[in-house]
Amino acid sequence: MNTPLNSSSVSKPPGLISRLGNFIDRTFQYWTIAPLVITLLLLMAYPSLQLLRMSVSEVDIVKGQAVWEFVGLKHLETARQDPVVPVALRNTLVFVIAVVIIETLLALTISILVSRSRHLVGLYRTVLLIPLLVPPIAIGTMWRLMYDYNYGFINQTLAVFGIAGPTWTADPKLAMPSIILVDLWHWTSFMFLIILAGLESLPQEVNEAARVDGASESQILRYITLPLLRPTLLTAVMLRTIFAFKVFDEIFLLTGGGPGTATEVISLYIYNVFSRQFRLGYASFLALGLAFIISIFVIFYRRVGQRAQE
Amino acid sequence: MLVVVFTLVPIFFTLMTSLKFFRDIISGSLAFTPTLVNYQRLFDPNQSNFLRLTLNSLVVAAGTTVIVLVIASLAAYSLSRFRWRPLWSGLLLGAILFIHMLPPVTFLGPFYLIARALNIYDTVLAVIMGHIILNLPTATWILLDFFADIPKELEEAAMVDGANRFQALTQVLLPIIQPGIAAAGALAFIFSWRDFLFALSLTSTPRGMTIPVGISSFVQEYSIRYGEMAAGAFFAMIPALLMVAFAQRYIIKGLTLGALKG
Repeated sequence: MNTPLNSSSVSKPPGLISRLGNFIDRTFQYWTIAPLVITLLLLMAYPSLQLLRMSVSEVDIVKGQAVWEFVGLKHLETARQDPVVPVALRNTLVFVIAVVIIETLLALTISILVSRSRHLVGLYRTVLLIPLLVPPIAIGTMWRLMYDYNYGFINQTLAVFGIAGPTWTADPKLAMPSIILVDLWHWTSFMFLIILAGLESLPQEVNEAARVDGASESQILRYITLPLLRPTLLTAVMLRTIFAFKVFDEIFLLTGGGPGTATEVISLYIYNVFSRQFRLGYASFLALGLAFIISIFVIFYRRVGQRAQE
Repeated sequence: MLVVVFTLVPIFFTLMTSLKFFRDIISGSLAFTPTLVNYQRLFDPNQSNFLRLTLNSLVVAAGTTVIVLVIASLAAYSLSRFRWRPLWSGLLLGAILFIHMLPPVTFLGPFYLIARALNIYDTVLAVIMGHIILNLPTATWILLDFFADIPKELEEAAMVDGANRFQALTQVLLPIIQPGIAAAGALAFIFSWRDFLFALSLTSTPRGMTIPVGISSFVQEYSIRYGEMAAGAFFAMIPALLMVAFAQRYIIKGLTLGALKG
């Protein structure tokens, strides 16, 4: 049996240990949040300040030590004259818009078709979970093997029908569509899982009632399911848009931004400036710009989310 | 059905390629004698550093998982069990949401400088540092959700019986939210295992590199060694496939929850 801590501290004059114990108990709220706060200060607040400082400086590493030089808004001027920036922005926009639209429509179609059968729901959930969990680098490698000009699955299959396959990721016109196809493989699942969860939380009684009243399946879909699904769809689309800006791994491995600048997207360019050209200050300035764009989307997303909940 | 086939074909093709001799890859024949030679070459320390990278990946993923679970479960406990001013809790949750939304590439410069300053550049510690920030949001959200489901009376009952808050947390609450810890842990492990960008930019040699970085440099150096490429890619997918097989329900809950929070 444990002796109750509280009663013992009432009956006897409290010793140092039990006073300390009481103090910890009363302030336990703060002890338990402390690790998170410290982590956020060290790994988020401090890096954010560093990012701000870097974006107005030139930073070099000399003998393992960082050497700073304040340059003000020089990087803004550089970005304005940098010919790659508008190209990267345009590619990113094309990529984001294309994948969000196609993935939403695909996922919506699949989840509506699948949700009619319990059996299929289980199968699809299992299989479509895989692309979300495997390493993106493995996805890139896999598709490199698929796209390979001579021995890839796609061109070998085409060859069976006597068609000479293209070079896919090395073709300036086909590179971006090839990347988009890989992204569909990777991310349609994400939209599918969210939309399916939304579909399953819809009240079934409404559909039943409509069916009793003689509504056809397509009418139910058009006038009941889709309007009820709107909040889920909005959330899914906003989230996918924000996440699509993060695209990096697969493009890095499949094309490296090429051929030329055909698939150069903004996060890839920032990485190249940071790592290949080693211009830490300029890379930070561009990163800050990207963070700014994303922030606008996040704020917009919060608004949409709040409105959807009302 | 087409969707399932489309999803599985690349994985199947990669697995097949990884089991073929080079001559069978080139002939593209469906009938071939399977071989493990690609895997043997991959893990032979004399021919590649893949073994070392696997070890690094395991250390990074396990370390990240433990640290993230400790921070996130304590924070989720504090946020869900005590009354916080909306300003403070809002600030914390807002910060977490922001981390989740920002592209990791924005953290690269500052993290690189921190790793340099702490003299941990090109070690697993630097990579773990990056992965903590990557995984904190989802883990915190999952555990918040699980804590919210536990009635307050349970903890109070334990304390009436003489337990202090720490004992109530570790002996009563944590065992109850074990499924939540499992879900958060599984996701943290997987997302640390699959990360490429942090590992790529915070390391430069096999000392701190993880599997994805190894695969990518391998693919770029030897773009013709298809068998080993496929073997590496398939090997890197194994933890994910295991999770899908064994912890599917938890993971789906975690993923959709993380997505819909905020």
